[in-house]
Amino acid sequence: MTISGWAEIALALALILLAAWPVGYHIARVVEGERTFLHPLLAPLERGLYAAAGVDPGRGMGWQSYAAALLLLNALHFLMLYAMLRLQWFLPLNPDHLAGMSPRLAFNTAMSFVTNTNWQAYSGETTLSPGSQMWGLTSHMFVSAGTGIAAAVAVSRAFARGGMETLGNFWADLTRIVLYVLLPIAIVAGLALVALGVPQTLATHADATTLEGAQQSISMGPVALMEAIKELGTNGGGYFNANSAHPFENPNAWSNLLETLLVFLIPIGLTFTFGRIVGDQRQGYALLAVIGIFVVTAIAFTYAAEAHANPLLTTLGVDPAQGNLEGKEIRFGIPLSVLFNVITTATSCGAVNAMLDSFMPLGGMVPMFLVQLGEIVPGGVGSGLYGLLVFALLAVFVAGLMVGRTPEYLGKKIQAKEVKLAMLAVLILPFSILGGTALSLVLPQATVSLGNAGPHGLSEMLYAYSSATGNNGSAFAGLSADTPWLDTTLGIAMLLGRYAFLVPVLALAGSLAAKVKVPASGGTFPTHGPLFVGLLVGVIMIMGGLQFMPALSLGPLAEHFVLFAGKIY
Amino acid sequence: MIRELRPAAFLVLLLTLLTGVVVPLAMTGLATAVFPFQARGSLVAQDGKIIGSALIGQNFTTARYFHPRPSATTEPDPKDPSKTVPVPYSADNSGGSNLAPTAKALIDRVKADLATAGAAPVPADAVTSSGSGLDPEISPANAARQVARVAAARNLPMATVSGLLAAHTRMPTLGFFGEKRVNVLELNRALDEVRAP
Repeated sequence: MTISGWAEIALALALILLAAWPVGYHIARVVEGERTFLHPLLAPLERGLYAAAGVDPGRGMGWQSYAAALLLLNALHFLMLYAMLRLQWFLPLNPDHLAGMSPRLAFNTAMSFVTNTNWQAYSGETTLSPGSQMWGLTSHMFVSAGTGIAAAVAVSRAFARGGMETLGNFWADLTRIVLYVLLPIAIVAGLALVALGVPQTLATHADATTLEGAQQSISMGPVALMEAIKELGTNGGGYFNANSAHPFENPNAWSNLLETLLVFLIPIGLTFTFGRIVGDQRQGYALLAVIGIFVVTAIAFTYAAEAHANPLLTTLGVDPAQGNLEGKEIRFGIPLSVLFNVITTATSCGAVNAMLDSFMPLGGMVPMFLVQLGEIVPGGVGSGLYGLLVFALLAVFVAGLMVGRTPEYLGKKIQAKEVKLAMLAVLILPFSILGGTALSLVLPQATVSLGNAGPHGLSEMLYAYSSATGNNGSAFAGLSADTPWLDTTLGIAMLLGRYAFLVPVLALAGSLAAKVKVPASGGTFPTHGPLFVGLLVGVIMIMGGLQFMPALSLGPLAEHFVLFAGKIY
Repeated sequence: MIRELRPAAFLVLLLTLLTGVVVPLAMTGLATAVFPFQARGSLVAQDGKIIGSALIGQNFTTARYFHPRPSATTEPDPKDPSKTVPVPYSADNSGGSNLAPTAKALIDRVKADLATAGAAPVPADAVTSSGSGLDPEISPANAARQVARVAAARNLPMATVSGLLAAHTRMPTLGFFGEKRVNVLELNRALDEVRAP
């Protein structure tokens, strides 16, 4: 680790905090239907969309209607993307005449993009036309991100007042977030990325004759806008197979800084949005402090692991000064590779600018653990906030058990029904991650996909089910993911991770919204102080993390010890 | 459920049209107008022919040029399309080796590359492949070790080649942001422009 490396990391984190603050307040204003500086330009478009779709933005929806609307829109969107991917050959903007995807790969990919996962079992530049990347994938990135933020806003509203029957209007929430938040930021950031070197063209490739006379076909396409929303919406699906390690997705340290900032902008901003919606800014700061503790610890741990060169290569005569450089780009070095990959796994983004499969065992373990915690510190846009709130409820419940009081969070009594719903959501993670991994590790049709042997093979499979269930989308990419078994089961894991978590959480919000708001008294456990922050960190580690320790010991921890004992596979 | 069907169907269609067709196409037009070089892939031409992209690495194997990092990219095997063969710097199929630190394949590959890499310690980027397989840059330390070979192959004084290397070495902004690096294509083009003394 170097001082300049830490300075780079500190600069990025400081800029993120500075930028997330106004964005968080902007989101709060937008979802409450207040006028912003963008309204003179975009309000006619918003009204037009409502008129065409028959939406009354003022009509409140109970949690059942809100959930039904959300699921219906996502289901239709899934079917549309599935059809687009299967029928690619017949659709326009396909100059290379690429064929449609196989049914299983189209299922996996459509599920991946509708759930905001962006797991890529396909290779972008060889499988998809510019048309498919635009109206197939890019548009899904906007809408799946908008869906997540809308749900988080609905859950936040449940804490705002007492005796509410509705959580807001899903159609209005979604439309406003896409129009006033995602589109303007993505357009500005996309243009900035073009200035930094990211292509935005309808050409699919350029044919070059190199200085030595060889032929090089250079893939390109409408990358910049997709890159911007890919990071901003914590989607993570790259235009190219190598994702943000590809020089056309991430050409230099500056584009890397901008992309890092975009990934954290909304998840961090939403802690400010939450404070504003519930009318107590300190509640948002407490959540932000919990996020900060996890993120900074994760960066320090991963940086220490990756700055250490692979001891097996050092023995052979490789200079250890550059750290573990396999799978990393020169322009990022160790600090910017570590920062980017920790931030994209602490959120559910899943973009990578270095190959996680080649990280040192402990360096790769941290991103995997962040995903397994359920993508809550800070997690995906929206999904992270409502996930973190579930853990906050469990934390006050645990505190209530310890001192024998009825637990409350923001004046809402937490009773048996709420705790049951919270546990129902939280238990999906170990069920899908550990269940899927365990099943796959004993089936030959699954283990044939492994790209590495020994404990690292176990890590590859464990990472795949963690990533799919956490809707992250990054991978230990040595795994050959496009097989009937993995396409199908990982698709199901994404479905469970998104909706089997979201529906109980919306039910929980509906139940809380209806309750009266109890004024704070001397007996209320304050949920904004350091004591609560420490408690929440502990509850996340114990209830969200401990269950994965045995699996992590068999994978990355075991690999760490055999590596330093000099064993190879 | 039924009453939500119309908003769901219309919003899916209209938002796809807006975010998947109108905005990307407008963005392409705007980007091409304002930043035409970058929007089209930062292509570099010489004598009217495209010789590569300033951002994308290309393979150099002859002694006359500086060599890039190893690359793990592949292409489909012409004899059997279900298999792949290694083709370094294949810019239409990006990707890393994805080899674990404990992979025998990684150790064997590094051993083979070290055989021709000169005296230890060898800079790590000379024997490790990048995440994209298209890394356009190498470290100045790696480049410095290639100066003698390039100078000999071109009958140039060592000082000329070292001078070019120094001129094309990029430093971190403000002394800390980014890495020290050398763009291999840029340096090799500069070499080609030097006339032998």
